[in-house]
Amino acid sequence: MTINKIQNADKLTIEVGGRLDTVTAPELESEVKSSLDGVAELTFDFKDLEYISSAGLRVLLTAQKKINDNGGKMIVTGASEDILDIFEITGFSAILNVE
Amino acid sequence: MEKLNIKAATDRLDDVIAFVVRQLEEADCPMKAQMQIELAVEEIFVNIAHYAYKPKEGMADITVDIRDGAAYITFEDGGVPYDPLAKADPDITLSADDRAVGGLGIFMVKKSMDDMKYEYRDSKNILTLVKKLR
Repeated sequence: MTINKIQNADKLTIEVGGRLDTVTAPELESEVKSSLDGVAELTFDFKDLEYISSAGLRVLLTAQKKINDNGGKMIVTGASEDILDIFEITGFSAILNVE
Repeated sequence: MEKLNIKAATDRLDDVIAFVVRQLEEADCPMKAQMQIELAVEEIFVNIAHYAYKPKEGMADITVDIRDGAAYITFEDGGVPYDPLAKADPDITLSADDRAVGGLGIFMVKKSMDDMKYEYRDSKNILTLVKKLR
């Protein structure tokens, strides 16, 4: 998994590539947790993401809850068809802002 | 048909996935089915690693059998009896704030496999996933 963070004032983009699974999800979770203070808009850029399991979905749901608590906005962009399918079957399409 | 005997621990996940993927590739498994199988294998193996022997450690056997245009993947462990198929599905219509973090793994497996069978026999949990390859 690769993680690349781009901060622009109160907007943060996190590019995630490779595999977001049980082994790698904790690393993304701690990156997200340590970077959300003062962030009004969080974007996950998944154009290079190849795979996501329930461990990755947990990180997204936790981030979405935190952003909601802060009154901010979270966006998911660039997800592949396969990953969009996973959002669909788990109901995540309805709780994430997928662009 | 090949069998892998491995410690049921999340740090062995990459070895488990590699073992399964190698056989799927040899069988020219379509990419979409391969990804769904990888996901199912991860969710089931991680479940065993987290709960089967808690707080101790134990082993799991994983068998891949590809025949009649389908992959049969069997997991065996000697941990506490646990039927993942008996678990209630999560409510996927709730809002982000109301949804529990977790409980999605088995549900995703159920949604992506063509069949699943569970039995408890000879003090072992035996779970077989079936995925049609074509």
